[in-house]
Amino acid sequence: MRERVDPEELLRELTPQVLGALARRHPGQFDACEDAVQEALIDAAAQWPRDGLPENPRGWLLAVASRRLIDDWRSESSRRNREDEVAALEPDESRLPDLAEEDPGARDDSLRLLFLCCHPRLTPPSQIALTLRAIGGLSTDEIAAAFLVPEATMAQRISRAKQTIRRAGGEFTMPAAEERGERLRAALHVLYLIFNEGYTASAGAQLRRADLSREAIRLVRMLARLLPTESEVTGLLALMLLTDARRDARADEAGDLVPLAEQDRGRWDREEIEEGMALVDAALRRGPTGPYQVQAAISALHSEAPSAEATDWPQILALYRVLDQLDPSPIVTLNRAVAVAMVEGPEEGLALLVTLDGDERLAEHHRLAAVRAHLLEMSGDPIAARDGFREAARLSTSLPERRHLERRAAALDEE
Amino acid sequence: MKYMLLIYENPGTRETFSGEAGAELMATLNEIMDEVTKSGELVGTQALADPSTAKSVRLGEGSPAITDGPFAETKEYLGGYLVLDCDLDRAVEVAGRWPKTGTGGIEVRPLMNTSGEDV
Repeated sequence: MRERVDPEELLRELTPQVLGALARRHPGQFDACEDAVQEALIDAAAQWPRDGLPENPRGWLLAVASRRLIDDWRSESSRRNREDEVAALEPDESRLPDLAEEDPGARDDSLRLLFLCCHPRLTPPSQIALTLRAIGGLSTDEIAAAFLVPEATMAQRISRAKQTIRRAGGEFTMPAAEERGERLRAALHVLYLIFNEGYTASAGAQLRRADLSREAIRLVRMLARLLPTESEVTGLLALMLLTDARRDARADEAGDLVPLAEQDRGRWDREEIEEGMALVDAALRRGPTGPYQVQAAISALHSEAPSAEATDWPQILALYRVLDQLDPSPIVTLNRAVAVAMVEGPEEGLALLVTLDGDERLAEHHRLAAVRAHLLEMSGDPIAARDGFREAARLSTSLPERRHLERRAAALDEE
Repeated sequence: MKYMLLIYENPGTRETFSGEAGAELMATLNEIMDEVTKSGELVGTQALADPSTAKSVRLGEGSPAITDGPFAETKEYLGGYLVLDCDLDRAVEVAGRWPKTGTGGIEVRPLMNTSGEDV
């Protein structure tokens, strides 16, 4: 008896395996292979729920996608009236692996695919779009809806991304050993951006976009199975789970943001927290330590604290100092300033913020003003804090954040 | 991030695009539109009809007051817009390449979004 499987879930799971196998057989044809797999997915989505799952779903998809690929070449070629070209392109059936067999190359295929989709010549929006389509198995209109752009815009972006890869000579091969670390970091960053796009949307009523965080978690889980000893992959999975665990508590019914200190910790997802904490422990023990593991460790300290006051702030501050060494950025400094304020007092935190004044990367960014206002409020200067929250509200381009900052300013007006 | 490029014109702007002299300006314009379309950055674009065709609806106490013409009489007025999904540098770069016509110009403004970071 076959276990009951959700056809849609299975399709998404099989997407990178099928595309990987196809791209490996047809070198230099990634663009056409990717289109063929999308067409096979559409066929399967129509047929499987109606007719039941085929005996070998992976083989079914691969066969349909191969046929689509050859059909496309045939029609292309008949337009040009060059039949002999098709003969050269058609795969030699005797070289095809037995479709019923589990393909031992599938593991590397998914990795090669991820590295190709996160090619350094692509912009982050293109890397994200291509990853979601080629590896996540999402359709163009689903990706367009998630990023709130017209389908035509997303279709252009994906098609341009594939052209760029072809022009850059991007091959469906494993990057050289010396390049792999850099390529893996880029891929993790793309998955992190996908997660964040979904997670930050969960403050509004945009459930379709919030699904992006689930999708990112699914993809990082896949990557963690492929690379079980890469501690940063484990660290990123832990960070996503620990962050996602707070999703239901981070906004109230009106969609207004609830600060961490005021969240109902009973609404945090304990199962996700436990899994995330176990993962970050394992990753840190294995090493080498990287920024995602440290961020996950900070998140874990919040997760296990019974309240904001009972949080282990000295430990969080120590971890922010580690993060500042590993991956310095003005945002890390901002977060460190909050931890400094909690441990050493708001004046110390404010002194650290002064070092960010004039930092071009934060110019016109609302977060510096928002954090400063928060620390001014802690230090007992409500007038300056109120002005700071107002300034931050003006600079913010997020409606929920702006509402939150305006509320904080208004609360100080009443005092 | 999405940015709106607000294109400000003056009464002579549209005319400069017609005739032989305008062909070069049109070519530049088409080149930009083609580029942002093919790159998958263009979210939407519209040109507006002349401000003399506008109705202004002023809201206050009682029923709204409706008058012919634009809300405020200014030398430069909004002639159309582009929405691009890109970063700020790129939005400013595209705006800087817009064909030069008279005293007009382009204002680049971020669109508000409904996502919110943790606070």
